[in-house]
Amino acid sequence: MKHHRAHLLVCAGTGCVSCGAFDVKTALKKEIERRGLADEILVVATGCNGFCEKGPIVLVRPDDIFYQRLSVDDIPLLVEEHLIKGRPVARLMYTPPADTKPVPKMADIEFFRHQRLIVLRNRGRIDPEKIEEYIAYDGYQAMAKALTEMTPEEIIAEISASGLRGRGGAGFPTGKKWDLCRKEKASPKYLICNGDEGDPGAFMDRSVLEADPHAVLEGMVIAARAISAARGFIYIRNEYPLAIQRLDIAIRSAREFGLLGENILGSGFDFDVEIVRGAGAFVSGEETALIASIEGQRAAPRQRPPYPAQSGLWGQPTTINNVETWANVPSIIRRGAAWFAGLGTETSKGTKVFSLVGKINNTGLVEVPMGIRLDEIVNNIGGGIPNGRKFKAVQIGGPSGGCIPTELLDLPVDYESLTRAGAMMGSGGMIVMDEDTCMVDIALYFLRFTQEESCGKCAPCRIGTRRMAEILAGIAAGEGRPGDIEKLEELAWTVKRGSLCGLGQTAPNPVLSTLRYFRDEYRAHIEDKTCPARVCKNLISFAIDPEKCVGCLLCLKACPVNAIAGERKKVHVIDQALCIKCGACFTACPVKIGAVSKLTGEKGRALVPEATRATTS
Amino acid sequence: MTKKLTIQDLAAMRDKTRSLTVLRDGAGRAKVTVHMGTCGIAAGARDIMETLLEEIRSRGLQDVIVTTSGCAGLCNREPMATVEIKDQPPVKYVRLTPDKMRRVIAEHVLDGRIVAEYALAVGSETMY
Repeated sequence: MKHHRAHLLVCAGTGCVSCGAFDVKTALKKEIERRGLADEILVVATGCNGFCEKGPIVLVRPDDIFYQRLSVDDIPLLVEEHLIKGRPVARLMYTPPADTKPVPKMADIEFFRHQRLIVLRNRGRIDPEKIEEYIAYDGYQAMAKALTEMTPEEIIAEISASGLRGRGGAGFPTGKKWDLCRKEKASPKYLICNGDEGDPGAFMDRSVLEADPHAVLEGMVIAARAISAARGFIYIRNEYPLAIQRLDIAIRSAREFGLLGENILGSGFDFDVEIVRGAGAFVSGEETALIASIEGQRAAPRQRPPYPAQSGLWGQPTTINNVETWANVPSIIRRGAAWFAGLGTETSKGTKVFSLVGKINNTGLVEVPMGIRLDEIVNNIGGGIPNGRKFKAVQIGGPSGGCIPTELLDLPVDYESLTRAGAMMGSGGMIVMDEDTCMVDIALYFLRFTQEESCGKCAPCRIGTRRMAEILAGIAAGEGRPGDIEKLEELAWTVKRGSLCGLGQTAPNPVLSTLRYFRDEYRAHIEDKTCPARVCKNLISFAIDPEKCVGCLLCLKACPVNAIAGERKKVHVIDQALCIKCGACFTACPVKIGAVSKLTGEKGRALVPEATRATTS
Repeated sequence: MTKKLTIQDLAAMRDKTRSLTVLRDGAGRAKVTVHMGTCGIAAGARDIMETLLEEIRSRGLQDVIVTTSGCAGLCNREPMATVEIKDQPPVKYVRLTPDKMRRVIAEHVLDGRIVAEYALAVGSETMY
C-alpha cells in the first residue's frame, strides 16, 4: 500500500453487488488509469455500507462525499469533475425523500447520522479481504490483550460486566453462557458461530460477515481462550456465497499471520476454526438443530436441558453464539465493559443491528443504540413511508416476532419492551408495513413460512401450525366463521407452550400480535366479508368509474386476462367473471385520472354478476 | 507474506497501515488542498499535485491528506494550494511552482512556519 490522495470506497456488499457494484468498480479503476491517476487514487472494495436502497454506492474520502445509484456511464464524469477538477457531482449525490437539495456528505445524511457503530464500525471503511486493513483499525488488539494480559475468569467477568446479551434473538447473557461452559470439566470443548440467518427480510449476519469477517474470528478466539476450546465452527447457510468467500479468505490470512492455528501470537494458545455450510433450513438457526447439522445429522432440535454449554457438539461442552454477538466481543475487551455498558438501557446494553425493509424510503442495514425509540428508526433513519402512504405496523423479529402498531411507535427498542409489546428482538429483521398491508394476510404469510420450515419432530408445531394456517387461509378467503378467532388463539397458546424448540414456541407470535392490535381487521374478514386493506383477493374487486375513465386503453393493455372491454376514448368496463384481481389495471391507470378503484364489502359485491354471487359471498 | 506475527509485529503493522488509511477518516495532522478549477489546471496545478504527492512519498509523510477543490476565485494567481494544519487557520498559497511547493511542505507542513512570501492570506472558502 502507498500514500494516496483519495480513497474511493466502493460498497461490495451483496445488495450493491447485485446492482452492479463490481462493474462500477472496474469502470472506476479503468477511468482512473486512463487519466493517469492510478498512483494518486486508490479504489477499495468494502463490505456493506448499509444504505442498500441506494446502491451501487461509492464514498470518496477524505472529502466524505457520498455517491449513490451509480452506473458505469456516470464514472467518466465523476472522475473528471470530482477527482481531477475537485468539483463534487451534485447529480450523483443523495437527495432526501422530502427534499430537492442533495446532501453531499455522508456524515450529514439522516440515514447515517442517528446510527452508532460498534458491530459495523468497519463497514464501508476497510477492505474485508485485506487483513492488514482490519489490523490498521485496531484489529486483533483485543485478542492480543485477552491472550497475554487476561485470565479466562477476567475475560468472562469483562463480558458479563458489559451486559452483552445474545444477539440471535432470545437475549441470554453472553458472559453467563461462557461461564457455564468454562465450568464444565469435560474436554475437548467447542465454539460455534451461528450464521444461519433465515428470517424473511433479515440480512444482518450476512452483512457483518461480508464487511468484517475478522471481527467474528477475533471474538471467537477470545471466547475460546475463556472457555479453553481449541476448535470452532462457523455455520453459514449456503445462500450466502459472498460471506462464505470473504470468511474463507479471512480465515486463511489469519492463519498465515499466526492469528489462528497453533501458538497464536506466540502466546502458546492454539485455536482454529472451520466453515460449515448449511443447506438453508430455518430450523437450523435453533442451536440444538444446528449442532445436529454440524454432526452430519438431519437438522432437528432436541430437548433442552442439557444445554449445549453442558452437552453440545458430539456431546461435549459447546458455546454457541450468533454472528453479531461474536462481532461485539473484540470492542468490549479492547475498550472495556464500562464503555459498552454506557450505551443502551438498564437491561439492554450496547447497540443492535437491524435490517430495515418493507414499505420504507431508506431500506438498509442500521446499527442503533439499544433503547432508541421505534419512531426514530422508522422516520428519522428510515425516512418514513414512501408514496405518501401511512405507517401501519412494523414486524420485528421475523416469524418469531410480532407486529407493533402505530400507537406504540414511541416504544423504546430493547429486549423487554419488545417482548411486552408482543414482538421480539429476534435476530433484528424489521419489516415496515403501510396502510395497504392486510394483517390477516401478513399473519398467514409468516405462519405458512414457519409451517413449511417446521422440522416435524413434535406434534404441536407440526400439526398446530398447519391447522392455524388453514384457519387463517379460510379467513383470508372470506370463509371465516364465528369462533375462528377463539380457535386460533387456543391453538396459538398450545403451540407456544407445547413445542419442543424455539421455532414452534415463537411461531404463533405473528398471529397473536396481529390479533392483539388488529382484531377488528380479523372481524371484518369473518363477519363483514371485507378486507379493510383491500388485499385478500376473494374479498375485493376492481371497478372503473365511468365518470373518470378517459378511454386511454392503458388498463386494457395491462390486463393479462383480457377482462377489460373498451375502445379509445370510450368508457372501459371490467368483466368481473374474468377478472383475476391482479391489480394490473389499478397500477396502470394514471394517478391523476384515478378511474380504477379497488373495492371491498357491499360495493364490491354489487359488481359481481348475480349468477356467481351466491358462491363468492 | 507468510510470517507468524508477534504482538510487537501486530502493533507495528497497525501503525503502518493506519497511517495509509488515515484519510478514510478525513482527519490527518495536515491537509493540503490543490485548487483544480480549469484555470488552476491550465496554470499547472497538476504539476503541483504531482510534486506534492512525490514529496509526501519520498519523505514518508503519513499524516498529510491531499485533496482537490475547484477554482478558488483568484484565477490570475493560480496555481494555488491551501494548507491546513490541525487546529490552525488555513493558509492559501498563490502562483506556486514545484520548487515553491517543496518549500511550503518543508517549512509549513513539517515545521509549522508559514511561508509568508508565497501566502495570499489566511482563510479558506467553505468546502463540502
